[in-house]
Amino acid sequence: MPVADFDVVLGLEVHAQLLTRSKIFCGCPTTFGAAPNAHTCPVCLALPGALPWLNREVVELAVRTGLALGCEIQPVSVFARKNYFYPDLPKGYQISQYERPICLGGAVEFTVGGEERRVRLTRIHMEEDAGKNLHDVAPDGSSGVDLNRAGVPLLEIVSEPELRSVDEAVEYLKALRAVLVALEVNDGNLEEGSFRCDANVSVKPRGRERLGQRCEIKNMNSFRFLRQAVEFEVRRQVEVIESGGKVEQETRLFDPDRGETRAMRSKEEAHDYRYFPEPDLPPVRVEPGLIAAARGALPELPRARARRYRERLGLPAADAALIGSDPEVARFFDAAVAAGGQGAEAARRIANWLNGDVARLANESGLPPRAWKLTPGALAELVGLIEAGTVGGPGAKQALEECFRTGASPAAVVREKGLSQVSDASAVEAVVERVLAASPAEVERYRAGNAKLLGFFVGQVMKEMKGKGNPALVNAAVKKKLGGP
Amino acid sequence: MLSIEEVRRIASLARLTLSPEEERLYAGQLSAILDYVKQLEELDVSGVEPMTHALAAGEAPALRADQVREGLGAERALAAAPAREGTAFLVPRIIE
Repeated sequence: MPVADFDVVLGLEVHAQLLTRSKIFCGCPTTFGAAPNAHTCPVCLALPGALPWLNREVVELAVRTGLALGCEIQPVSVFARKNYFYPDLPKGYQISQYERPICLGGAVEFTVGGEERRVRLTRIHMEEDAGKNLHDVAPDGSSGVDLNRAGVPLLEIVSEPELRSVDEAVEYLKALRAVLVALEVNDGNLEEGSFRCDANVSVKPRGRERLGQRCEIKNMNSFRFLRQAVEFEVRRQVEVIESGGKVEQETRLFDPDRGETRAMRSKEEAHDYRYFPEPDLPPVRVEPGLIAAARGALPELPRARARRYRERLGLPAADAALIGSDPEVARFFDAAVAAGGQGAEAARRIANWLNGDVARLANESGLPPRAWKLTPGALAELVGLIEAGTVGGPGAKQALEECFRTGASPAAVVREKGLSQVSDASAVEAVVERVLAASPAEVERYRAGNAKLLGFFVGQVMKEMKGKGNPALVNAAVKKKLGGP
Repeated sequence: MLSIEEVRRIASLARLTLSPEEERLYAGQLSAILDYVKQLEELDVSGVEPMTHALAAGEAPALRADQVREGLGAERALAAAPAREGTAFLVPRIIE
């Protein structure tokens, strides 16, 4: 049977680093990029006698996330020790949650291939991150250990095995990431590892009820790698089954250089984590007041925002989703729409400029919206100038670049650089006459019936006018002077 | 009574190497501990919420405010390290 005759079943476990200032159980900072072990103390180094003290903000961010994803927030949840030995885990156990996590249920909604999907969540729990192993740091091949990340707070968000393709997995992750970023609980950075994902992959012959044995894949730090890893793993499992073998439950590591997954040596032994309740931490109580306050403070979420843009402003779905998925861009857009353009036409123009030239300039400069010199008011002003016919497309583009670079007002740039559109009919007609006089052969062919040459004349006039001719006027003047065929 | 197999598994998970005499010794000792604790099962706790901690939720002290506090710094953190490279702890080669 080919791969197409198998159903793919995927479940995702996302580890999202919480945007707190200090670690989950101690006051060490969570900032990235310090010298190894600069951000450590007796608690996160696991020195004897040190005791954990839970960061209140971690609970609040977990509650916020749970509410946004429709989970049931548990009034009482319990931390547990997950016991295993690894060099990046100084205590010999990770403090996590096991039987009683802070959130149960919930779902992530997303669109894939035009279809609305809702994939349920099993749970969300709070836990601490491990440190970082540094490979080949010494000439003899010894490894280094950096515990700056040990104790950084994470949310683990576990989906039900309800994803049916790698496309669904990618859209699920993008939607979840957009929600976490909008909630300001996570920075959404896959490359730096603050948003990580493990995938549980299994296959079964089409139509069969029972799930196949699953493999867990780790180390996919981009959407592209997730796609590669899952596609490889599906092919591998199908081949194992086709050749009469059995898929073994194991943990596999994605190797981006080879585009393959391989069994992890360190996880060869079947794991028995011997979870038990963490005696150093009392159960976590979430007071109803905290839940009510968090519910009241929930921001507008990306899908709701995109819906508002589609329904109230008439933006096309793709533009609405693009702006809606980034809270900073959405704030900029909302402010620009409020500042200038009333009406759907202005909103559409603002969205086009934002997703087009502004996005390009932002990309080239590497600046996030909060660092742009261009203000929402300036973009609205520019769109106003276009709508009033003061400036044409090419002039507006030039003005935008200047405004993005310097923060100047578009009206001032248009004035100072002489970018305004020539809407004086007699001035346009004078240029048209010059152009026609310079191309007698083309004029003759046009009059003999070659209507396509109209575009040539318009182009010549615009070139002569350095792009500043009002296009409607130029068209009309060219037609008028040529006399219609 | 814990079996020798169970003792070996527990030892292996705890990264302990036991001699055959130790395996027998600990099987007896661990079983005695479990039997001792097992006496608690005689109590009727049908009306009691399961507890995971001596303090009930809500009786515990307030949670910590999210404020950064000065830690040890890398030099003091590494003061007792058997081996180091730069400010990283050095450990035998790790294979993932």
